[in-house]
Amino acid sequence: MLNKAIFSGFGGQGVLMMGYSLSHGAVKEGLNVTFLPSYGAEMRGGTANCTVCISDEEIASPITSTPDFLIVMNIPSLYVFQNRVARGGIIFMNSSIVNVEPVRKDVAVKKVDCVGIAEKFGDARMANVAMMGKFLRETGVVSPDSYLQGLAELLGKKKKGILEANANVFNAAFNG
Amino acid sequence: MAKEKIIYQRPKSLKKAYTHYCPGCGHSIVHRIMCEVFDEMDIRGITIGVPPAGCAVLAYFYFDVDMQEAPHGRGPAVATGIKRMLPDRVVFSYQGDGDLAAIGTAESFHAASRGENITVIFINNAVYGMTGGQMAPTTMLGQKTTTSPAGRNSIIDGYPTKISEALALMPGTAFIERCMVTSPASILKTKKAIRKAFEYQREQVGFTMVEILSPCPTNWKMTPLKSLEWVEEEMKKHYPIGVLKDIKAQGKESNAE
Amino acid sequence: MTNKVLMQGNLVIGEAAIRSGCRFYAGYPITPQNEITEYMAENTARVEGGVFIQSESEIAAINMIAGASATGARVMTSSSGPGISLKQEGISSMAACELPGVIVNIMRGGPGLGNILPAQGDYFQATRGGGHGDYRTIVLAPGCAQELADLTMDAFDLADKYRTPVILLADGMMGQMMEPVVFRKPKPREYRTEFSITGAGEGKSKFIKGLILPAGDMEAHNWKLFRKYEEITRKETRAVCEINPDDQAVIVAYGTASRIAKGAIKRLKDQGISVGLFRPTTLWPFPAAELLRVVRGGTKKVLVFEMSTGQMLEDVRLAVQGVAEIDFYGRPGGTVPPPVELANVIARRLTDKKRVFNHFE
Ligand SMILES: Cc1ncc(C[n+]2csc(CCOP(=O)(O)OP(=O)(O)O)c2C)c(N)n1
Ligand code: SF4
Repeated sequence: MLNKAIFSGFGGQGVLMMGYSLSHGAVKEGLNVTFLPSYGAEMRGGTANCTVCISDEEIASPITSTPDFLIVMNIPSLYVFQNRVARGGIIFMNSSIVNVEPVRKDVAVKKVDCVGIAEKFGDARMANVAMMGKFLRETGVVSPDSYLQGLAELLGKKKKGILEANANVFNAAFNG
Repeated sequence: MAKEKIIYQRPKSLKKAYTHYCPGCGHSIVHRIMCEVFDEMDIRGITIGVPPAGCAVLAYFYFDVDMQEAPHGRGPAVATGIKRMLPDRVVFSYQGDGDLAAIGTAESFHAASRGENITVIFINNAVYGMTGGQMAPTTMLGQKTTTSPAGRNSIIDGYPTKISEALALMPGTAFIERCMVTSPASILKTKKAIRKAFEYQREQVGFTMVEILSPCPTNWKMTPLKSLEWVEEEMKKHYPIGVLKDIKAQGKESNAE
Repeated sequence: MTNKVLMQGNLVIGEAAIRSGCRFYAGYPITPQNEITEYMAENTARVEGGVFIQSESEIAAINMIAGASATGARVMTSSSGPGISLKQEGISSMAACELPGVIVNIMRGGPGLGNILPAQGDYFQATRGGGHGDYRTIVLAPGCAQELADLTMDAFDLADKYRTPVILLADGMMGQMMEPVVFRKPKPREYRTEFSITGAGEGKSKFIKGLILPAGDMEAHNWKLFRKYEEITRKETRAVCEINPDDQAVIVAYGTASRIAKGAIKRLKDQGISVGLFRPTTLWPFPAAELLRVVRGGTKKVLVFEMSTGQMLEDVRLAVQGVAEIDFYGRPGGTVPPPVELANVIARRLTDKKRVFNHFE
């Protein structure tokens, strides 16, 4: 089963971190994964995006024209990527910022008040982790345990409190 | 009704464009004052520039003058070719510290040595900006960069290079001044230096260069304000501000023997 | 549960080099390979006596590794497009002096400053020598992070074995992408100290050189190098074949392009079109005999796909010798087409017999 997701938003919203932590979770489950960040000039303009492919088989191409899942943290990202989403796919929108509707009618839309959840259970800067909670709840691409293990490894060197706060935000979004 | 008077506007030689420079970057300030000089000297139409490989690689989107791209570090050589073919034009090479003081040392050294009648605008921000904050020849001792993660160490990485001092020793150079762009006063001073360099070029006095200590808040990982302080408090110590060479002030008309 | 680590391609190269005992690295910043340089800045100290230098230019970097190689150390430098061009004089010199060394090229869009996006326009430069004179460099073309690890280690072994510069040719996407990898145990190094200069001591002094003035002697040196290149061609040529008897065509692609090809092949299979893949992992020596064998096995159509305007295409033509029809599709300049695009192109070309296609459609 191949799952392809594009994460997109402003630089600074932790967009690459979302894809990166998901990829770590996938490795924890012994899955194949490719993580492809946008780099260079694109980042200077202020938007960042990454493509993550996860599969139990060999992954052919790390780029995709038709992601199953699109995660948009800001409005420009919705405009850029919504038409690419595979029919029957899901668009996850950070509804704290994205207050417009997708034009696509053949995909599911999940709105997540990422900033609200993050502020309530941790810190507004953890909005990306709130999105990951909802994303994994809906897609089950990797288990929440694997995800949190992967995240713990990534945050490894940082203070334990930060990890706990991230886990709280994640769990609140996952269970909420 | 009080009469309106324009006291500030976009210089004519500066294209109407959003720059790609980061907030607080010195490049944009220098671009602006250079364009003011082009306007004031009325040389926009006879000026030809050479942008570097570096954050200023897109300078042709901002300077409304003819420009020819050069490979990384080769600006002074490309400018030499242009100037020798069109001696009555004002030719400048705009370069960062990696471009000028690392890969392009030979070209800058020998353009100076030949006394080429060109002007080099040298942006010293103590790092490689465009490629993401690696160590530059001008990086300060102890300064952390992505390729000197423990801080620049004189034994492993050598010392911060003082290019202006080195070039001032060469008989071909006519005017070299080091400036900074940290306050309205220092920006005005920089503008004066740039103007003088272009004036000397028009008088065929010899090779001219203005070095500008310039903030790179992004790669220094500082706020724009803090980075201005860092120029004033740290960089200036190692790179003293002022005129390093001015042969006309010494009573010479040109660098010719 | 696995000993796989998720790592960015550039870092995989750095880590594999460190594990191979690379004792000297010199490099100069350039996107999209900066992470290699930065990784080596942090990690060369893990190798005993390991040294990292950020050189003042790529010209200096290649000559620094030449010097370090002359003393018998394992050495590497890395760069991209414009920097690789500057290294050519040094690579030619290393080939002449028979100095081993690994040169990594994370290709970007060119010519000139071009851009920093993934491209494959340096094929000619890598496989035809690149610098002046009658020489070749081994060129390895990894297609995934795991191969970045394995082929980097192989690059050091091959460089030592044949005392020649080896190029690892990847692109911005390979360098920037993360995938899980497992680092194998490196082979113990076999390199004879008699080739190195370490100071004569009480013994006879020696020198390493590429200047050979008498025509006859230079010719002899050229033939000696030639025999070495022949031996490499005989023993080290590599390709990965994924071919089925009912294939209507075979795609020839390397590196990132081969990944896109794989995606396209999957899509075509869903449409009932069977297409095979021939993926060279050495670009020089090019697996010509292997490709010819595939074609003689009954393939009627060969489709070369590159992120360039057609460079490997020439090697494919030479290999196929007119036995099969050759078609080409390319996207240069930093464009990475999605698999669906390639799949559509192939489907059209296999069905629409009359239309004449050009390279970019
Ligand atoms: C031959 C070559 N090597 C490397 C590069 C990559 N490169 C582009 S700009 C740059 C350095 C930029 O630093 P600097 O000159 O200090 O200018 P800044 O960006 O800080 O203004 C480098 C290394 C290149 N374009 N060409
Ligand atoms: S990276 Fe530094 S030099 Fe480049 S535009 Fe940003 S602030 Fe300016």
